[in-house]
Amino acid sequence: MASRPVHVVSREVPPEFQLRMVVAIGVVFVAFALVGIRLWYLQIERGAQMRYYSEKNRIRLVRVPAPRGVVYDRNGEILVDNRPSFDVVFVPEDAGERRRQVLKTLAGYLGEEEAGLHPGVHAAGSDRERYQGIVLRRDVDWQGVVALETHQLDLPGVSLRVAPKRYYPFGPLGAHLLGYVGEVSKSELAQDEGDYLGGDMVGKAGLEKAFDKDLRGEPGDQQVEVDALGRRVRVLQEEPDRSGGTLTLTLDRDLQEAADRALGEADGAIVALDPRSGEVLAMVSHPAYDPNVFARGIRSAEWRALVEDKKHPLNNRAVQGVFPPGSTFKVAVATGALEEAVVTPFTGVTCAGGIPFGKHFFRCWKKGGHGPVNLHKAIVESCDVFFYQVGRRLGVDGIAEYAHRLGLGLPTGIALPHEQIGTIPDTEWKRRRFGQPWFEGETLSVAIGQGYVTATPLQMANLAATLANGGTRRRPFYVKRVVGADGKVLEVAPEVLGQAHLKKSTLAQVREGMRDVVMSESGTGKKARVPGIEVAGKTGTSQVVKMGEDRARANRGAQVMRDHAWFIAFAPFDAPEIAIACIVEHAGGGGGAFAAPVVQQVLAHYFGRNQGPAPPSQQANALRPPTDHAL
Amino acid sequence: MRFDRRLITHFEWLLPLLAFAVSGLGAMTVYSATHVPGAHGLSPLALRQLLWLAGGSVAMLAALVFDYRRLERSAFVVYVLVLLAVLAVPVLGRIGGGSRRWIPLGPVSIQPSEFMKLGLVLVLARHFARSYERGLGLRAAVVPMLLTAVPAAAILAQPDLGTVAILGIVSLTMLMLGGIRLRWFVLLGVVVAVAAPLAWPHLKVYQQKRILTFVHPEMDPRGAGYHVLQSKIAVGSGMMWGKGFLRGTQNQLNFLPEQHTDFIFSVFAEEWGFVGALVLIALYLALVLRGIVIATRARDRFGVLLVLGLTAIVFWQAVINVGMTTGLLPVVGIPLPFFSYGGSSLLCLLVGVGLAMNVSMRRYFF
Repeated sequence: MASRPVHVVSREVPPEFQLRMVVAIGVVFVAFALVGIRLWYLQIERGAQMRYYSEKNRIRLVRVPAPRGVVYDRNGEILVDNRPSFDVVFVPEDAGERRRQVLKTLAGYLGEEEAGLHPGVHAAGSDRERYQGIVLRRDVDWQGVVALETHQLDLPGVSLRVAPKRYYPFGPLGAHLLGYVGEVSKSELAQDEGDYLGGDMVGKAGLEKAFDKDLRGEPGDQQVEVDALGRRVRVLQEEPDRSGGTLTLTLDRDLQEAADRALGEADGAIVALDPRSGEVLAMVSHPAYDPNVFARGIRSAEWRALVEDKKHPLNNRAVQGVFPPGSTFKVAVATGALEEAVVTPFTGVTCAGGIPFGKHFFRCWKKGGHGPVNLHKAIVESCDVFFYQVGRRLGVDGIAEYAHRLGLGLPTGIALPHEQIGTIPDTEWKRRRFGQPWFEGETLSVAIGQGYVTATPLQMANLAATLANGGTRRRPFYVKRVVGADGKVLEVAPEVLGQAHLKKSTLAQVREGMRDVVMSESGTGKKARVPGIEVAGKTGTSQVVKMGEDRARANRGAQVMRDHAWFIAFAPFDAPEIAIACIVEHAGGGGGAFAAPVVQQVLAHYFGRNQGPAPPSQQANALRPPTDHAL
Repeated sequence: MRFDRRLITHFEWLLPLLAFAVSGLGAMTVYSATHVPGAHGLSPLALRQLLWLAGGSVAMLAALVFDYRRLERSAFVVYVLVLLAVLAVPVLGRIGGGSRRWIPLGPVSIQPSEFMKLGLVLVLARHFARSYERGLGLRAAVVPMLLTAVPAAAILAQPDLGTVAILGIVSLTMLMLGGIRLRWFVLLGVVVAVAAPLAWPHLKVYQQKRILTFVHPEMDPRGAGYHVLQSKIAVGSGMMWGKGFLRGTQNQLNFLPEQHTDFIFSVFAEEWGFVGALVLIALYLALVLRGIVIATRARDRFGVLLVLGLTAIVFWQAVINVGMTTGLLPVVGIPLPFFSYGGSSLLCLLVGVGLAMNVSMRRYFF
């Protein structure tokens, strides 16, 4: 039986088959020998140590949070930083039966109620892997640290962890743009690609959220040997954490502070852009909050107070607040009217304080009327009657077309979460939204920036920037440089979103009108004048209560009924470097009285500093040939 | 079919005995790995494993009643049918553990990629049996590579790196034993060297990580690296005699990933120690050697290569799996044959045993 079969096969196989079979059998024996040696090494040679490690799982995988990237303003000043803090981490398995007792003792040392610690333990719940630590308290004070260190023996399973904590040195200044961080939520974990674990901090708003991928860095891991109480004995192996990339913003901290101060206690928003590039120079939203509160772990009462506040302090009004733009919208209507030639610079209208239309009487804001008005005067003195007439001629779809060309009703595309786009109504929109035809009377409201028209302060600032730079619509951006953890530098290039395609004459007419809003004696925006600088602007008053007799009374009455004050501006007139939009909510009066002075302070600060000893841009201006000024 | 007494006289006993011994230990360890302390009776997974073992035994018997030479004729049909099932996975498949590998079929789920291993061995055995007469030129080397590459690509997409690795290595083994000239292996090496960088971007991030972790273990102390460490601790802590059945602490504390499938060996080694692990290893060695003996005695070339291919499946899976759980090899998700929980795998392996017995019993037929 043994001799024949080999014979049979060997006739059929190639000559080297036998040799190959021998090799194969050799491979089999070598492989099994290797496995056997490996088992002997693990189970006999190192068996005792492995047995020790296996008891109470002495080897733990501990996550080392990475510091998030630092954020600088355009001049290299630190806007967001990290500082070390002590977190209390609890591993219930190490406490065993004494769990309740340990929590009670711990609460005593922290100076808290025991009950306050339970939610943290419960929240970790069933998703937690065994022996994975629960962060019970973040940023424990020094006394707490000392108490926990000295009483370690009473606190099995409790340990301290040094973790970098987000620190915003200027508190609420620019809070909405910077955003805040918080513990990663269940839904964020579900969407995540596995970079986050429960207990990690993640960007929740503003640039912390928008640039989370750049900022977050990579947490490290340590394989730690612990003793029976869960205290670390030594680190066996370590993957160091990598801090996140740093961001350099286009924001100017000094200007941001000046704008913040200018708005003062009032609610509202200010956005300042560089019309030449789209850089955001300042972005203020009031009321603000202190992002440091989130970094140290917000308490539920604090969170509730912020969320339930009727003024919505967490909302970034600059990009999420939609308001009727009021008379600032007239520059868009004027642009359309000139472009479509429904008026010429010489077209005259007589303003007698209002016009009747249908059953209504549409008033001009000036009771006695403006008398004879052309386009220039209508912009300078913000005559409503003129724009009622022009708006009717242009039609709501014509108005919408030019509003869109100037960026209204469209996203500006800024890299901030939850940007709102407002509303620019047209006949199609109305049919879609209400299933109704457009009524011509509504066009009159639209022509003065009321009715359905709404826009965000950022959109209005970008509109001013587009007019300032000659019709180029740019994407506003606030991060100009990203330096990755690997040292790779990414310079963010300005981006053009579109051209408004406006005639030179149209631009000149509208811009000159805006200049005289500020510079002429009859202008509504005189309060925005800055010595030595030609400023162009447009005032606006957006009505909270519908037009009518009640307005005057409303403006004296309850704050929520009062008008919002708007002002948009750019300067210097012949070579604009800055474009601004400002809204003062419920100011109780017009943009000229309440918003223009705010913008004035921002501009004064901007140019005040730029007129310092020989900054390069100012020299360039000085060398400009005089013909430019004659424009 | 005419009954031949020689079938009884030459009945193969050793191979099925070894296979059942390993399967029995496997089902027992699946029970240990999945039972909940305090609960009575069999854990559902252990019960399922036993049912699959029973079903697999029937399939094994079915695989030896006919003359295996008939399979040589229909090998390609079998291959294509299984390949179609593999290709149907993305459409009909059920997702488990991050990849789509199973097709639900009544009360059970089938994993076509396991059947693909059988299908591939069949078609390659047929190929080499026939190409021998036509000469073992380049064509004889290229065709098997294509036959391997098509299902491998489909399975890689599931993604199931472990099965792809097994298909590749079994196919290579058969190329080698099928008698392809060595120069074509050099060429194959060049092809792989070129193809690997092309395939790299198509791997999932975690798979890339595992390969990188294998090359640079210090790169990933968490994840795969941590699992391997825990697995090594489990194996090592068994020491000489083990902690005893159901007493493995690493296992009971749920530290081991995939403890009833890919990492079941560490559960066994923890509970039965070095002695138990050596017994298991010896059983595998005996299985593989018995397979080789059967192959060398087979009456024709198809039989030789069929049994060698089947043996290669068992050998490579066993060695790679144990190597992986003891930290010798990268973690690639290859089950321990006859031992890990998994019905399709067990069924296919028992069918393989049946085919090897079939070849063995008909070795004097002409």
